[in-house]
Amino acid sequence: MEKEQDKIINDVTSGEYKYGFHSDIETEKISRGLNEDTIRTISGKKNEPEWLLEFRLKAFRHWQTMKMPTWANLKIPDIDYQDIIYYAAPKQKAVNKSLNDIDPELKRTFDKLGIPLEEQKHLSGVAVDAVMDSVSVKTTFRETLAESGIIFCSFSDAVKEYPDLIRRYMGTVVPYTDNFFASLNSAVFSDGSFCYIPKGVRCPMELSTYFRINSANTGQFERTLLIADEEAYVSYMEGCTAPMRDENQLHAAIVEIIAENNAEVKYSTVQNWYPGDKNGKGGIFNFVTKRGLCRGENSKISWTQIETGSAITWKYPSCILRGDNSTGEFYSVAVTNNHQQADTGTKMIHIGKNTRSTIVSKGISAGFSNNSYRGLVKVLKSASGARNFSQCDSLLLSDKCGAHTFPYIEVDNQTAIVEHEATTSKIGEDQIFYCNQRGISTEDAIGLIVNGYAREVLNKLPMEFAVEAQKLLQISLEGSVG
Amino acid sequence: MNNPSERSERYYNLYKENIKRISERSSPYFNSFREAAIDEFNKLGIPTKKNESYRYTNLDTFFNHEYKSYFMPSASDFKKAEEFRCDVTDLDAHGIVLMNGFYPTIKDKMRKLPGGIWIGSMNEAADKFGDQIRKHYNKYINGNSDGLVHLNTAMASDGVFIYIPEGVVLTKPIQIINLVQSDEDIFNQHRSLIVAEKNSDVTVIVCDHTLSPNKFLTNGITEIYVGENAHFEIIRVQNEHNNAGKITHTFMHQERNSYASSNNITLHGGLVRNSTYHFLGGEGAECKSLGLFLADKWQHVDNFVNVDHAFPKCTSNQLFKGVLDDMATGAFNGRIYVHKDAQGTVAYQKNNNILLTDDAKMDTKPQLEIYADDVKCSHGATVGQLNDDALFYLQSRGIEKREARLMLMFGFAHEVIQNIKVEALRDRMDKLVMQRLKGELSRCAFCMVKCG
Repeated sequence: MEKEQDKIINDVTSGEYKYGFHSDIETEKISRGLNEDTIRTISGKKNEPEWLLEFRLKAFRHWQTMKMPTWANLKIPDIDYQDIIYYAAPKQKAVNKSLNDIDPELKRTFDKLGIPLEEQKHLSGVAVDAVMDSVSVKTTFRETLAESGIIFCSFSDAVKEYPDLIRRYMGTVVPYTDNFFASLNSAVFSDGSFCYIPKGVRCPMELSTYFRINSANTGQFERTLLIADEEAYVSYMEGCTAPMRDENQLHAAIVEIIAENNAEVKYSTVQNWYPGDKNGKGGIFNFVTKRGLCRGENSKISWTQIETGSAITWKYPSCILRGDNSTGEFYSVAVTNNHQQADTGTKMIHIGKNTRSTIVSKGISAGFSNNSYRGLVKVLKSASGARNFSQCDSLLLSDKCGAHTFPYIEVDNQTAIVEHEATTSKIGEDQIFYCNQRGISTEDAIGLIVNGYAREVLNKLPMEFAVEAQKLLQISLEGSVG
Repeated sequence: MNNPSERSERYYNLYKENIKRISERSSPYFNSFREAAIDEFNKLGIPTKKNESYRYTNLDTFFNHEYKSYFMPSASDFKKAEEFRCDVTDLDAHGIVLMNGFYPTIKDKMRKLPGGIWIGSMNEAADKFGDQIRKHYNKYINGNSDGLVHLNTAMASDGVFIYIPEGVVLTKPIQIINLVQSDEDIFNQHRSLIVAEKNSDVTVIVCDHTLSPNKFLTNGITEIYVGENAHFEIIRVQNEHNNAGKITHTFMHQERNSYASSNNITLHGGLVRNSTYHFLGGEGAECKSLGLFLADKWQHVDNFVNVDHAFPKCTSNQLFKGVLDDMATGAFNGRIYVHKDAQGTVAYQKNNNILLTDDAKMDTKPQLEIYADDVKCSHGATVGQLNDDALFYLQSRGIEKREARLMLMFGFAHEVIQNIKVEALRDRMDKLVMQRLKGELSRCAFCMVKCG
């Protein structure tokens, strides 16, 4: 019985990473290394205005004074920041990016990933901004969206077309001084998505960004800015994959969200960067700063994340609840297998009155991996009537892995009610026995239990993602149950 | 002076100036640790808010202060200690009184209790119980990253030594009364060691009192060894005035199938920091770590707990509760660490806090670090106010609001107190907590200090 279980767990956890292919696309790269000239080059390549270059340089000068943070429960190998290529773009000449101008190989790549760049009927519910390496290749449904006044385009386009909006909002939620990786990103960010939902508009389709790392030795630094004006609503999804390589690649992104009065933003991520091989070789370092500001009253920001990829994940999507009655949510399933490491969680900063936040975090560790939840719930003096509920559960699937919980709770207001609960356990033999007894094989039973365990979070995903996430969960855990 | 490194240096200078005096009066065995410990202290310094484990506790006001005299009580001080009587009259216990961290010199320095239990001064024990001291002294601290632990090892000059031989069951508890009294502001550091051998069973009560209104700072360590199958309980009652700083470090090392519990009840104190380290060093060991604090005015109470599950099939349970009034601040920092092969671990942790005013503040940080898979661990933490529904329920049954609030708070606190097995003490604690919650003075009747 034990043996059989082990075998099944092995089968379950040794699932292959199916997005690990590399596409042969002619790419324009700059040379390795990072200095002010690199930044000028990137800025020059993108024909950026002077103020943006200034912003980058300020960030870079600040970054130089900083040290890489060591507080996370992660073992991060030394990263040589001079050995990274900070800009790589698939070569294409077209300016207006009509579909015919896109390199067919590139189109094939995205087709293979299941992200068609054509505006297909059956996928008409989702508008995609596809980003490969340092640049956005194509944004679909731009025109359709524009009809309702929604701006959805690549960050570089936005800088050219809507400089006022960018200047007004960029860096207001995540300032360039925020942390080591945020400063690095502010200095060298290459592209990303920009989205503005005007007053009173309910976005008719799901917006989505798909990130693909393709070139070797490059780092990916994208920046997403999402603004929901008064009474607006948008659901945004993010997906990512990378080829299998023996060396680690760095991904340091920034996501900023601003929600005005009565606005609601739902941000979902399925993170599936290459996690490295079974021995922990290769994989993406995913060091991301994501933060949402509930600026207006009654606004709501909801983060949902399914974290299955990356060799190392360092990521804390946060909500600053500034408007009265605003709501922050964080739903997360983080799966680590083999030698993956994850230190992820959230921050909920309650500033406004009657602000509410919910945190549901489900960690699943298998193999030799380490999975940590780290979160902060802070209730400021002004936040009377604040309410928080946090639940962090960890599931252990092998005897060599670790599951850790580091919650911080800081309460400065007597009317606040803050609750935190956490449990750590493995799948009970009695649970499996119960399933077996009813004719469910051990493998199916484990799948069933894991899925049930993550259900609370999976339910929060938009339909298009939920199915994929469920499959992903199964693949990530292939060969890991015992 | 406010610069952290200058401040640490001041304590280093203090060491240099006084080491000769300290060494002369101490056993050579204790002296042999001092050099290395002060080096370690120099490396670590006095903890600041930058230290993760002191993140919510600011030691500045107490460590920046110039204390007049740091060591050596005079003979007349001990007289006062002899006169001190605990007012829990029906508490039938073997008592010892410590003055400013020193064992009284007037009578015998070692005392023998029924069953062959020895209580006495650490320095005296170093000669008489050399083997035991060598086996246990400074053994359970290894690698601690708290500079204050090393400062204590470097400078502590006396404390209590208790030896409970194999199989001895003591029905009466042992009571250690720590008195601090001086006309000057003093800083004292004491060091105690308790060795409970195999199959023994003993309860130790530690009471901390301040007898004069001067500014005091205490930095004490208690090392406890609990042998196989032994049963050990320590209850700490802290009742000091608002101008007193109390920092305690308790290291409990447990062997197979042993049971140990620690209960910190903080009724009063300007700055209180209790670090309790439980090391479950054998299969089947069980520990309980409890704490209750009631803080008001500008008081600050910080409980730090670390439970190490190093062996399989161990059980641990933590319960810490706090009630914060006025501008009081509180912190809880609890960690369960399950080592790689500690399968079959069961570990629970709970921290509940009530804030009574808008200016009170509570920070809590319950942590789990787990490297084994066959475990059942959970933790829960809450910060809130009294339950409106419960309040309404009581009021609807004719209990007036003030009374109802008191009842609820008392019930909240009693969950910790009910774990005290010594009946006289339990009743006394209930009474003191009730008085404290009512806002009456909760000092012991013989206490000369008007707290607050």
